[in-house]
Amino acid sequence: MDTLSEGKRAALLSILILVVGCLIWELSIPAQKAVGELTEYERLTGGGQPKAGVPPPSQVLVKAWEQLSNPFYDAGPNDKGIGIQIGYSIYRVLTGYFLAAIIAIPLGFLIGMSSIAYKALNPFIQVLRPISPLAWMPLALFIIQDSEASAIFVIFICSIWPMLINTAFGVAGVREDWVNVARTHELSPLKTAFGVILPAAAPTIVTGMRISIGIAWLVIVAAEMLVGGTGIGYYVWNEWNNLDLTSVIFSILMIGIVGMLLDSAFGLLQRAVAYAE
Amino acid sequence: MPKPFLSVERLTQRFPDGQGGTLTVFENATFGVEKGEFVVILGHSGCGKSTIMNILAGLGQPTSGVVLMDGYEVSGPSLDRGVVFQNYSLLPWLSALKNVTFGIKPRYPDWSAAKVEAHARTFLAMVGLEGDVVHRKPSQLSGGMRQRVSIARAFANHPKLLLLDEPFGALDALTRGTIQDELLKIWGGTEQTVFMITHDIDEAILLADRILLMTNGPFARVAESVEITIPRPRTRTEIVDHPNYYAIRNHLVHFLGHRSQKMAGERVGDDNQRPEPVRIENSVQKPIPTSGPARDLKAVNQ
Repeated sequence: MDTLSEGKRAALLSILILVVGCLIWELSIPAQKAVGELTEYERLTGGGQPKAGVPPPSQVLVKAWEQLSNPFYDAGPNDKGIGIQIGYSIYRVLTGYFLAAIIAIPLGFLIGMSSIAYKALNPFIQVLRPISPLAWMPLALFIIQDSEASAIFVIFICSIWPMLINTAFGVAGVREDWVNVARTHELSPLKTAFGVILPAAAPTIVTGMRISIGIAWLVIVAAEMLVGGTGIGYYVWNEWNNLDLTSVIFSILMIGIVGMLLDSAFGLLQRAVAYAE
Repeated sequence: MPKPFLSVERLTQRFPDGQGGTLTVFENATFGVEKGEFVVILGHSGCGKSTIMNILAGLGQPTSGVVLMDGYEVSGPSLDRGVVFQNYSLLPWLSALKNVTFGIKPRYPDWSAAKVEAHARTFLAMVGLEGDVVHRKPSQLSGGMRQRVSIARAFANHPKLLLLDEPFGALDALTRGTIQDELLKIWGGTEQTVFMITHDIDEAILLADRILLMTNGPFARVAESVEITIPRPRTRTEIVDHPNYYAIRNHLVHFLGHRSQKMAGERVGDDNQRPEPVRIENSVQKPIPTSGPARDLKAVNQ
């Protein structure tokens, strides 16, 4: 054991925890009584039907295999492959998210550069920021009159704040020395913004973007449960209505995995823009 | 009398003191720097050295007074005035080489990328940075190396005036010595006009043609201009044997020790407070007669 590196030992431990966890889960599910063991009364009252219950991990695994081997099938509005559902969700998240970034980052730059802009906009930000994004949903549905666009709007409104605040914070915190270097080299305001302030503030800005994408992925599930139609959130709710708990558990796992992938993409970006002072 | 290359005229800086009044850091500071001259300004903390430096760089605005360079008023930062900051001010996300080319590109916008890089490498080599070292980020360089990069960036731009704001303040004594030698070497080859702030008397004597002495603030002023009568080229080990060395050094120590304090806040009737020239030759001090009132310098000779 001592010859293994720390990383490998940690991986082994992870696998052990997973196996033990699944085993306990598997064993704790009461088995369905065989038909032969039922009394006549139980048979008459439908005791022979499979009872709805939490499925064991083995069933979830079978379900996952089944779904992932054909993720893009489309058999009508209530029966689409997991790949299509996740695709819809990612499309909505990215659309809302990038619309938010287009507004939040330049606006954050402005707020970070000018203390007047900061003071003028701060009260609005402070009031709008704590509003749960789903609280906007009824208003969005009424004004936009389109459930798809409303879901995107909800993502937009929840992604904007961390990016806006972090950009402003990052830009305002750029060391004065670096700005002075730009000034003594007669850089134009545009070159100063892109050549000095942006790279200097980039780690803080990307941190804000990473927080935003995490929140957006949290919110899309809830938003799709409300608007329905397509998407992973709708899928979870639909499978709950079908009382297909195997699919519910499978989709919960998929939400986690996609969220992790989105986060690690921004983790890579964060590492790319980081610098040591 | 023709105006010097850099002419600082009646510079005054006042700040609000936080209690409704104003604090005058320095008043009517007047001095000149000739082309190709290496001038060092010495004074205690708080006498406004850094404020003067910022005004010369164009990063700060004086309350009143003007700075003329080459006959034009200094009003804002310019590529004609290069600055080496105490904390190096390298951009941490760029390599040493890129930090230097960052400064050259705006100065020579029509140069090709290859020419800019070759120019940057030449100047990095002058301060002893060659090979793979130039591709390192500032965080991977020692303090001395960072300041070398900063000096290379400033010299590579051929500014008309180079401003050094306590460039060696954050370095250990040994590194400081080597970089002082490198600075002398690079300066000797360029005839660059340099204006430098320091706290270090020996450093000032080694580097300067002339040392400006400031009294303590508030109402600080540039009281004396001491000519360094030690011929160049100078080295740290040889100048201490020169007969003028200790005479000059003692004069500076006495000024900073006693007179900067005694003269603090002393306002001279003549509001054109040009510093009194002092020339120390072979341990005999001869104040050069000026139009201003003669100052009593007896204490220094004792």
